[in-house]
Amino acid sequence: MFGVLIAIGVIILLAILMLLYRVYTLVSVARGTDKIRVSASNKVNAVLFLVFLIGCSGLFFWYSFDAFDNYQQPVAAAHADDYESLFWATMWVSVAAFMLTNIALFYFAFRYQYREDRKALFYPDNTKLEIAWTIIPAIVLVSLVFGGFKVWNQMTEAAPEEAEVIEIMGYQFAWEVRYPGADRKLGEYDYRFISPENPMGLIVEDPATKDDFIPLEIHLPKGVPVEIKIRARDVIHSVSLPHFRQKMDAVPGMPTRMWFIPTKTTAEMREELNDPDFNYELACQQICGRGHFSMRKIVVVDEPADYEKWKREQEPWLEPGDQEPSEGEIDTNIRTQEAVDAAGTETERVEAATTTTQQ
Amino acid sequence: MATIQSHSSHDAHADLHEEHAHHESFITKYIFTTDHKMIAKQFLVTGLLWAFVGGLLSMFFRLQLGFPEMSQEWLRPLLGDWINSSGKIDPNFYLALVTMHGTIMVFFVLTAGLSGTFSNFLIPLQIGARDMASGFMNMLSYWFFFLSSVIMFCSLFVETGPAGVGWTVYPPLSALEESIPGAALGMTLWLTSMSLFIISQLLGGVNYIATVINMRTRGLSFAKLPLTIWAFFLTAVLGLLAFPVLFAAALLLIFDRSFGTSFYLSEIYLNGEALPHVGGSPLLYQHLFWFLGHPEVYIVLLPALGITSEIIATNSRKPIFGYRAMIGSLLGISVLSFVVWAHHMFVSGMSPFLGSVFMFLTLIIAVPSGVKVFNYLTTLWRGNIVFTPAMLFSIGLVSLFISGGITGIFLGNSAIDVYLHDTYFVVAHFHLVMGAASFFGMMAGVYHWFPKMFGRMMDNKLGYLHFWLTFVGVYMVFFPLHYIGIAGFPRHYYTWTNFEAFSGFTDLHAFVTVAALITFSSQLIFAFNFFYSMWFGRRATANPWRSNTLEWTTPVEPGHGNWPGEIPTVYRWPYDYSKPGAIEDYIPQNIPYSMTPGSNLPHENELVDREKDDDAIIIDESETDTTK
Repeated sequence: MFGVLIAIGVIILLAILMLLYRVYTLVSVARGTDKIRVSASNKVNAVLFLVFLIGCSGLFFWYSFDAFDNYQQPVAAAHADDYESLFWATMWVSVAAFMLTNIALFYFAFRYQYREDRKALFYPDNTKLEIAWTIIPAIVLVSLVFGGFKVWNQMTEAAPEEAEVIEIMGYQFAWEVRYPGADRKLGEYDYRFISPENPMGLIVEDPATKDDFIPLEIHLPKGVPVEIKIRARDVIHSVSLPHFRQKMDAVPGMPTRMWFIPTKTTAEMREELNDPDFNYELACQQICGRGHFSMRKIVVVDEPADYEKWKREQEPWLEPGDQEPSEGEIDTNIRTQEAVDAAGTETERVEAATTTTQQ
Repeated sequence: MATIQSHSSHDAHADLHEEHAHHESFITKYIFTTDHKMIAKQFLVTGLLWAFVGGLLSMFFRLQLGFPEMSQEWLRPLLGDWINSSGKIDPNFYLALVTMHGTIMVFFVLTAGLSGTFSNFLIPLQIGARDMASGFMNMLSYWFFFLSSVIMFCSLFVETGPAGVGWTVYPPLSALEESIPGAALGMTLWLTSMSLFIISQLLGGVNYIATVINMRTRGLSFAKLPLTIWAFFLTAVLGLLAFPVLFAAALLLIFDRSFGTSFYLSEIYLNGEALPHVGGSPLLYQHLFWFLGHPEVYIVLLPALGITSEIIATNSRKPIFGYRAMIGSLLGISVLSFVVWAHHMFVSGMSPFLGSVFMFLTLIIAVPSGVKVFNYLTTLWRGNIVFTPAMLFSIGLVSLFISGGITGIFLGNSAIDVYLHDTYFVVAHFHLVMGAASFFGMMAGVYHWFPKMFGRMMDNKLGYLHFWLTFVGVYMVFFPLHYIGIAGFPRHYYTWTNFEAFSGFTDLHAFVTVAALITFSSQLIFAFNFFYSMWFGRRATANPWRSNTLEWTTPVEPGHGNWPGEIPTVYRWPYDYSKPGAIEDYIPQNIPYSMTPGSNLPHENELVDREKDDDAIIIDESETDTTK
């Protein structure tokens, strides 16, 4: 690959040198006699604009259709259909405007190239035209805004009462997730209680904390509204769930939230995509430091029954009558941290980080 | 006529007197100069050097993104220990690279390099002034920028690396030295440098505004100003209102970093320690930053649009279509640019209601932008287009402005932005509409005004080659990023191999990197053309593009004071191209209507009589002045 790069550099260098020579000769010949208004290059440039238009439009449409499946992230949330239709409506409006204006631009450039025998049209203004192209885009944009309002309100309104509440906390460079347990109430926390043993700063005296559990994977029930309470421990992170078309920053000192309804279980999605290894993923999408790129967590969507079963199997973070966290918990926490610290130094270790989080 | 003659000889005498006072040494001519033209060149050369540095940094991280498997051991002579033991760029340094690339390009190249160069160079020349309102402040403006540049450049070499927290430097990451090496000394230098940079911008901006308002020549009303000047004027106003807010944001950040305050910090546990900060808000910083940050986009873009308006009209040999609508849209963009900032924060955790408001305002700003595009297109329509390199870059700018602007409709829509926020879609969007478009405006300006700056012509053929490689290159670099963005790839990622969802598109990333390398290398053609032509280019004529604005009425190489004799009076708007009945296809602004009876429109014929009156009044004034 390096060789190719060098080759490209050399070719450009040669081109420069050739042109150098050309410049030199042209200048010596043409000095002081350069009275021709427009040289033959004018036509070449005009034609090139047309070639560029046709070539790039071709590439654009070919690749957009050819690679469609590659850039289409599968969707699995109730609001995602509305989201997708809004996205594609905007897309078609944009592509139409994009093509029309670019075609006009390059076609005019070609069509109205300089000719000695022609004079440009003195056409300083036309109020009707100006009004037309102020009003029409305004109407189109306002209609898109209303489409946006609808979806935005749907995405950001308060979660329904019956929503499953979980908590996600971002820190350098991993996520912790906490479930409220049988009492469906998350215990209180205070950042001053955070320690290696108590990574989320839970207040152990709070009765609601007793049955909270901190699993390694995020499990969500299908067809049930899920509300995620979000916080950060050190710097800003962002909880990004691309398949659920949701994203919200995790801000230290300012809890945030999001909610959505997952519509397809992991198993269903695997079948649909014909990809047995498919997993929903949680990614960090706000620059947060060295390990930003490694803040991955797997999200599993289960049938509601399986979800309840999984929940019952989880051990509370605080054992009954015991204020110490379970051994495995500390261990995982430390392991993730170590793996992340190492990430990027060696590719194998990056993979190690991945596998640790995947466990 | 006789009275006019006597008046001008009087003025010429005064100027002659002034010339005598200007025996300049090397230092006062080239270094600590107060001549706006030399200061403009200083800004230009510094800006171009920064563009090279900023571009080079992007090549390093593009290599990492395009060829993640490739050993970068060969960069060790340049990057030293930032290449780690396995021959890869260190992830912290990767973040520093993107941060510095952003900072350098946005502030040092496209703000200082673009508006610093062309506002300085063109405002006095196009409004008919001898120099800026305050030459000394203008000089200070450059030297503050220079100092800021030196500090920013030095920060590249400190042991913990330059700032590496993203060019928006969001706290707490930027406030806590322990969070990332790029928040240590590099960040301190970043803040110091940016503070000086803001001072430079304010000194420059006050000057531009004062000059445009007070120092226009006789007859040059605001309704006759070239669109370039309108654009520079509004840019300066935006800068003057927005930069102090960034200064405040930076100052509070400095306090948080060094003096233990908690403006932006609250409830943080870092490195095994719960920090004492409570009650601050990271969102406060984001609001302050984007209150500058969004107008900043237009601070970068408006000068480019102004330059383009001028060049497209000149080279289409047609008046700019809808001159008043163009001014109106500039004003509209300027006002609206202050009320859209929070569209950068749709998923920051701010109130969703605010999100709705800002979505509406953001999409409205597309209307004046659209008007500009349609007016450019109509200006080209039935023109008689001469493709100078400047014209090519201007047409390129319009295309990039369309392509990049249109994706703003996605991102301005808060609902759609939730998914696209901080993905490569955003990267594609702002690089096209703000980065590439403004860069094209800068290039167009350099090619167009080079003859007035250095008295020589740049080579057209090299210019064409430079344009086509850059134009195709820029599209090949940034257009594919849209696909990667729609696929949800997050920004600021060192590698995506951890994620199944983002494991594709390795081929496209490699393609982008190759395109970026070619585009970057082809800038060497420009560098050669620029410096070679400065000394050895073909000698320019006074008005090589047959343009109407006042700068072309100066000598080939205007001296201190710009016009050797009287400053020309302006009688008409700057866009009388291909006017029916005119002898040539252009009529400069300083030609009175009385001299062009064949081409005057009915209402202009009425002005012929008033032209004489105006002179009479002015001469009266000057006579009273002499008697004092």
